[in-house]
Amino acid sequence: MNIVVCVKQVPDTWAERTLRPEDSRLDRASVDGVINELDEYAIEEGLRLAEAHEGEVTILTMGPDKASESIRKALSMGADKAVHVIDDGLAGSDALQTSAVLAQVLGRIGFDLVILGAESTDARMGVMAAMLAERLGVPQVSLASKVEVDGTALRIHRQRDYGYDKVEASLPAVISVVEKINEPRYPSFKGIMAAKKKPVETVTLADTGLDAGQVGLAAAATEVVSFANRPPRQAGTVVKDEGDGGTKAAEFLAGQKFI
Amino acid sequence: MTVDRMLPSREAADLLDLTRQLAERELAPRVAEAEAVETFPAEVFKIIGAAGLLGLPYPESLGGGGQPYEVYLQVLEELAMRWAAVAVTVSVHSLSCFPLATFGTPEQQERWLPDLLGGGTLGAYSLSEPQAGSDAAALACQAERDAGGYVITGTKAWITGGGNADSYTLFARTAPGSQGVSCFLVPAGLPGLTFGQPERKMGLRAVPTTSAHYDGVRLPADRLIGAEGQGLRIAFSALDSGRLGIAAVATGLAQAALDYAVGYAKERRTFGQRIIDHEGLAFLLADMAAAAHAARATYLDAARRRDAGRPYSEQASVAKLVATDAAMKVTTDAVQVLGGYGYSQEFPVERYLREAKIMQIFEGTNQIQRLVISRHLAS
Repeated sequence: MNIVVCVKQVPDTWAERTLRPEDSRLDRASVDGVINELDEYAIEEGLRLAEAHEGEVTILTMGPDKASESIRKALSMGADKAVHVIDDGLAGSDALQTSAVLAQVLGRIGFDLVILGAESTDARMGVMAAMLAERLGVPQVSLASKVEVDGTALRIHRQRDYGYDKVEASLPAVISVVEKINEPRYPSFKGIMAAKKKPVETVTLADTGLDAGQVGLAAAATEVVSFANRPPRQAGTVVKDEGDGGTKAAEFLAGQKFI
Repeated sequence: MTVDRMLPSREAADLLDLTRQLAERELAPRVAEAEAVETFPAEVFKIIGAAGLLGLPYPESLGGGGQPYEVYLQVLEELAMRWAAVAVTVSVHSLSCFPLATFGTPEQQERWLPDLLGGGTLGAYSLSEPQAGSDAAALACQAERDAGGYVITGTKAWITGGGNADSYTLFARTAPGSQGVSCFLVPAGLPGLTFGQPERKMGLRAVPTTSAHYDGVRLPADRLIGAEGQGLRIAFSALDSGRLGIAAVATGLAQAALDYAVGYAKERRTFGQRIIDHEGLAFLLADMAAAAHAARATYLDAARRRDAGRPYSEQASVAKLVATDAAMKVTTDAVQVLGGYGYSQEFPVERYLREAKIMQIFEGTNQIQRLVISRHLAS
């Protein structure tokens, strides 16, 4: 089984993140880059499926030179090889453009299954699986908390508020995963050493066959019009119990739509 | 705060990233509870063993990571920043593998090293006795020749991880005199081998320190490491490496205390400003930072000499002395920065202070280090 896991390098979720005033883009330079957290679960699921079905896992990343750190980490976890789409002309591409680039590459390298984290911790749009599936003309099976493959039959549990739905599709397909699906493994030092010898193919914009005018910040379909700093924390609401504390607390929670 | 490190290779940088991730996710959430209730974190050693952190300084041909001491020690430092007792145990484990990896026969190495270096089993070190610590030549535990092997009788003391390790690198007497000590690899669970109650210690409480009692323990002859009588030479050849391990652990402890104190001093306000903006405390913090930097610089200098095949015994003693004194000073001052809160067990710095004290004592007291250094001066 030929499995491709799409991995995005994002600024460390726990660091202070800011937008750049000049172009409203995320300041990635001043923060450590890490593998998007949900993508680690996608890698783990890819590795488990590959181990169970004698498959091969390819990591696909679009990003600047720095993204090679995340590729190395994914390879040290056990993935077999990687494709790195790297081109200055791609900087500032939005989700539509990114999906166009990734779909081109996926069409060329081929796949039985594409796995993604359900969303990234930076942009948090959660649309990439849908866009890729649409562009590739294959089923999208989203928010998987469990995945089973049997021949070309694909069955997942789709995470819902009330539990899960059972969803079936056939390969080839695109799936997105949630953190409930597994516990990602740590790399090992042996894995780090082995990763040095694994093939990483670099792909430029020209290699994808897309036109430079279609991608990048200037041609993006979406635009950040304005942004503001998060407002400072407000003081909390104090409920004084005068015999009706329970009712007041319940009213507060209902007002916040918690219950 | 992430320590900005000069590392010799990209795989070393990736290894340090992995170590930080493991320390952050697996050590940090467990340390306070485990140290408070004194429970041995066996699962932590499984995790870091599987990641390959228990065999880093040994050749790949023996199942190790083939890493220079410069890199291995910085891994120890990162572990110690989150949990000193775990880092000390890793250092002791590495030390326990040294005789087998250096003096063992190829058959012995093939039989036991893959598990020890690959994280399958944990090794402990058993040189000290109740009456013989720094004076190793005075040890009395007997190993008597017998058909098919040895019979061990006696008491060993101060064993880090005693009762929890899978094997013990034991030094025992096969003949009188300083040429009469031999080295053995003793598996756990032999009839006649029992461990004392864990010492009630000032710190490093999650990893027990015990005595071991050998009551006619029968050991097959192939458990002898090196030649009979070679024991002290083996023990002494491992000393400098062990000292560097403790220097790195002490540096990590100092760094952890510094980081905590700086974080606190940036939050806590008195007289209308952050306490880090009061010069009295700012300079205290500056001295703490200088001590941590100096500790790291001295152990790395000794490690790089070792990696280059140069003599490093004097530098190893300097590193052990400087780094452990730095840890004592920095952890004490971190308590001062936090004031009354520093004295409370709600905050980690009082634990750092308690953990620092032993660093000046084990793997050769700092008085012994001064003896080594002064002998180099006098020679």
